[in-house]
This record gives sequence, structure tokens and C-alpha cells, in this order.
Amino acid sequence: MRGLELVFFVISALRGQRLRSFLSALGVGIGVAAVVVLTSLGAGARQYVMSQFTQFGTNLMAVDPGRVKTMGMPGVLGGTTHKLTIDDAIAIGRQPGVAKFVPVVTGQGRVVGNGRGRSVFIYGVTHDAAAAWKFSVAQGRFLPPIDPHRKASYIVLGPKLAHELFPESSPLGRRVRVAGWSFRVIGVMTPKGHFLGFDLDDAAYIPVATAKALFNVDELNEIDVLAASSDAIVPIKRALKTLLIKRHRGQYDFTITTQDEMLATFGRVIGVITVAVSGIGGISLFVGAMGILTIMWISVNERTSEIGILRALGVRRGTVERLFLLESVVLAAAGGTGGLAAGLGLGAVLRLAVPGFPFETPPAAIAAALGMSVIVGIASGVVPARRAASLNPIETLREE
Amino acid sequence: MIELDDVCRSYTVGDSEVHAVQHVSLHIGAGEHVAIMGPSGSGKSTLLHILGCLDRPTSGVYRFRGRDVGMLSDDERSHMRQHEIGFVFQFFYLLARLTAGANVELPMLFAGVPKSERTRRATEALEAVGLGDRIHHRPDQLSGGQRQRVAIARALVMRPSLLLADEPTGNLDRSSAEEVMTLLERLRAGDRTLIVVTHDPEVARRAQRIIRMTDGRIEEERV
Ligand SMILES: Nc1ncnc2c1ncn2[C@@H]1O[C@H](COP(=O)(O)OP(=O)(O)O)[C@@H](O)[C@H]1O
Ligand SMILES: [Mg+2]
Repeated sequence: MRGLELVFFVISALRGQRLRSFLSALGVGIGVAAVVVLTSLGAGARQYVMSQFTQFGTNLMAVDPGRVKTMGMPGVLGGTTHKLTIDDAIAIGRQPGVAKFVPVVTGQGRVVGNGRGRSVFIYGVTHDAAAAWKFSVAQGRFLPPIDPHRKASYIVLGPKLAHELFPESSPLGRRVRVAGWSFRVIGVMTPKGHFLGFDLDDAAYIPVATAKALFNVDELNEIDVLAASSDAIVPIKRALKTLLIKRHRGQYDFTITTQDEMLATFGRVIGVITVAVSGIGGISLFVGAMGILTIMWISVNERTSEIGILRALGVRRGTVERLFLLESVVLAAAGGTGGLAAGLGLGAVLRLAVPGFPFETPPAAIAAALGMSVIVGIASGVVPARRAASLNPIETLREE
Repeated sequence: MIELDDVCRSYTVGDSEVHAVQHVSLHIGAGEHVAIMGPSGSGKSTLLHILGCLDRPTSGVYRFRGRDVGMLSDDERSHMRQHEIGFVFQFFYLLARLTAGANVELPMLFAGVPKSERTRRATEALEAVGLGDRIHHRPDQLSGGQRQRVAIARALVMRPSLLLADEPTGNLDRSSAEEVMTLLERLRAGDRTLIVVTHDPEVARRAQRIIRMTDGRIEEERV
């Protein structure tokens, strides 16, 4: 018999019990919606983190003092660690395949100017930082290409800081003070947004040697290294390791992290969270499956005379089994489709309400959601369908 | 057409055996109209189910059109019911959610008859039982007699050679019963065999042959 006509016959049975069919499909629908929403949030979060990192370019790597396994506090392992110095950075810059290097000292400070003041992040960097981090200048210019050891009283403002201090006039050429040091503003950056919660625009950039003196530190917080190409990343990492171990008297007391590794680490963390959370959605799907199984079981027991008359009319046992299996699948698939629509709808509403909300439904998740509901339908229909097929027609036709 | 040779059918209920049909030997030719009478519990329905290939004898041989039904698989017997046998029951067993037309179409649906032909034949069958104007009615919109006529249309739409009716008038008033019986007789066209189980002597009297059953045995046969 044509499958589609079987489906229509089955739908007529489901429509005969509208409320009950709706409720049991709803159970699967909620499960599918939960899985879709949770995986979409996971994928959205992943994409958000990826975009956060890749906005700096993917060929970037970072050298940090101290040894860490994957992520954690640098310097917690091992005893003394050598300081990361500007000379280390310069030596790194001479390695083949290294396009740019940026020695970094960070600290917090209050920038005062034009009769106002604001506490911001201050980055001690070099001329190459703008290019390495893919920042661009809106007004004036970035720090000049001077010897990293040289101090200079230039400052470049992040756009938010510039606007807060100089709301009406151009800050170029104006003087600002940080911890008693006087700087001349030579540039303002273009807005860059946030990075993992940090406002990159509420910042200031000064020469690294100046920052060391200003914050009274004699080591770098980090050295950022930009590889000339992605193929160069792995050899550079190896070369840097050898180089720095030699410079640090044989001690491997630093950590080199490539962008790829960072992404992979975050990706793994988010992946684990997504799987765990989707598992919770999976549980509700399981509950939905139990609902369908129960309803189908009740339905078979209520419709014994229908089964009996079908058998008397010559419908084969296997066909009866397939009918009830199909009924369960149609029920679950209807619930799954509804749940999918609800999940996608919720995502659309969220993104409409909160622009840029990290909600990304992978196409595979859509296929998986529908596939899962069919599987749920089959799994929860097998037992009731078997029962329907095993009924003895003469027993079911004995009484009204 | 129908040959029963020493057919028994017993059920095991708990520790005891119930002998529903005992040592029945019977021959019914094509085109015959036979009534089966007997007190309740005498094995009439059991015998009818065996005749209709819904059930199998525990012992003895039942041949339908020369084939030993006891040797057929479940699917083969299903196929036989689908194409050779029509059933009419006391309680109609129409599917409440389907229209009269759709109920009549059911056997054809599962036999793979195309939709257009199904519609045509269902309409014809309903017209033949005088319900041509009730195709779109649901069973709950029909009287008992009308429901039984829909069931008859459904039993005959596959053009079976054997029509079995188990107390078809048991739930009907006198005039509906008359109507239904007249219809059954009229539709026994050609060499279609009709076997009716009944309590009602009026109904039985219409048959060419009456078989009386007591305690699973054929007690008396009157022509
Ligand atoms: N499935 C069954 N299990 C046990 N006993 C049965 C079953 N079907 C019928 N019987 C018994 O077999 C006997 C004949 O039943 P049945 O053929 O229905 O009688 P009738 O149709 O003449 O009233 C009865 O005693 C009945 O209780
Ligand atoms: Mg009976």
C-alpha cells in the first residue's frame, strides 16, 4: 500500500484523540526545543569566543612568564622563574618567520587631562602593537617606531577615554598626566569594542619602557608574536622555545600559547558545557518518549476492536504493527517539528530583543533534532506496536 | 467449497479445557445459504471464526476451496480473508472516526486499490445497501440498521466468495433486521456463500439449511 495513504489513515486516528495526541507530542516538542535552544546557545557562545579571538588575527601567539599546563595561573609551578625582558622580545623579533613582536606591560592608571580624569587600562607596547593586534588609528598616529628600551612621553588614547576627557575638542597635541607623569596625546584609536568583557576602547597606549618605569616593574607581562604566515606558527613556536630556554639558562619557565591552542582550549570547554547542557535537554526528550510510549500503550488497549476488525478484513499482522509504529513516529515527528519551530522562534525573538545575542543554530542540529524525534517515535512505538500486532483478533471481537 | 472433517477447537482456561467446537464434520457448497443456531456458548462464533480463517482448528481438517487452512501461515490466512471472505458482526465494528465511505474503503485501502477506484467501488457498495446518500456520514450519525448496512457494504466491497455474519441482527429492531436480512440475501448473488449465525428463528427460516449446535457439536441439521 502507498505509504502516504497509510500516513493519512494514521493521522485520522491521531485526530480522533486531539488533546491526547497534542499533549504527548508536546512532551517530545519540549525536549526537541530544549536541545535546539541549548545547542544553539552553545554554538553561539563558541562563535562569540572565536570571533573575539580572531579579531586580533589568527597568526598571533603569546609568550607569558611561568609555566602553565593549559590555562591557569602562570608561575604556580616551579620555583624561581626568569623575568621576561625587552631583550627577550628583541631576540624573538630576530627569529625567521616572525613578522612582528610586541613586548607588553599592562597596568591600571588614572589619566587626567582637560580638567577631567578616568581610570583605565594602560598598555605599554611598541609601534608594532597596532598592526599586530589589528587596531587602527582614527586621529593622529600610533606610537612611533622607537627603540623599545627608550622612554618617551607619548600617549595614544582609546576612543572612549578620548571622548570622556575631551568631549568637545580634539585631544591631539593636548597634555594628559598619569601618576604624575606628563604625556602628549599623539593619536586616538578607532573603536574596537569589547574583548571577553574588557572594554578595549577605554584604554591608553604608551611606550613599553615608559610603562615599566611608570608602574615600577622590571619585567614584561607578555610578549606577543605575529607569525608571517600560518605555516610559520609551528616552527616559530619551536624556535622560540629553544631560544628562550637558552636565554633563561636552560629553564623552561615560560609559556607559549598560539591562537589556535587558545581557540581549541575554549572550544573544548564550551564543547563540554554544550554537551552537558544538551544532555539535560536530552533527558526531557526521554521523558517525552516515555509519554508517547504510555499514550500509545493506552491507545492500543483501547482500540483492540479496531485492531480486530482490521485483522478480520485481512490486514496482516505486520501491517498492524507498522500502522502503530507509524502512528508513534508521526506523533513524535509532529512534536519534534513543533519543538524545532518553537526553539528557532525563541532564538529569533532573543536576537530581535538583544541584537548580537549569541544564538547560532547549526544546520546539523536541525537535522539531528528531526532525526531524534523520529528515533524517539520508533523507540517508543515498538513495544505498543508489537502488542497491537500480537493481539488475537478473535479475542478482541468477542464483545463490544 | 467448505469441508470440515472432524474439526475440534478447544481453549485452555486455567487448568481445564473448554471444548468450544467438538468433532464437527460439515460440507457447504458454493452459493448455499446456511444458518447456524444454538444457545449462547454453544460454539457458533468459534465455528464461524474457523470458517472465516480467523482461527484454526485444534484438530481435524478444514478445507476452504480445496486448501487446508490449518497449514496456512498467518499472512496467507490474512490474504484469504482479504480477498475471499467478508465478515459482518453483531456490533458492526465501524471505525467511529471515519465516514461511511471511508469505512467501506478500508479493505481496499489495505489491498492497495488506487484511490479513484476505491471511491467508485465504495459508492457503488453503499448504493447497493441503500445508503448512497450517506457516504459522508459518520457512524454516530447513522441508525443501528444503517450502520449494519455500512458494515455489509464493507464486507462485500472486495467481492468475497464467502460472507459470514455473526448475529447480524442481534442488535437491531425487527424492521431493521428484516431489511438487513433481505439485503444479505439479495447480495448473495451468483455463487456467493452466506453463513449466518443467529438466535432468531425468523432469520434462520430464510436459510436453505439450518445447523443446530449444542455444546460445540452439530446436533441436528435440517434442510
Ligand atoms: N478465547 C476463548 N478462551 C476461552 N474460552 C473461550 C474463548 N472463546 C470462546 N470460549 C468458550 O467457548 C465456548 C463457545 O463460545 P462461542 O463460540 O463464543 O459461543 P457462541 O458464539 O455460540 O455463544 C464458550 O463456552 C466460551 O466460553
Ligand atoms: Mg457468539
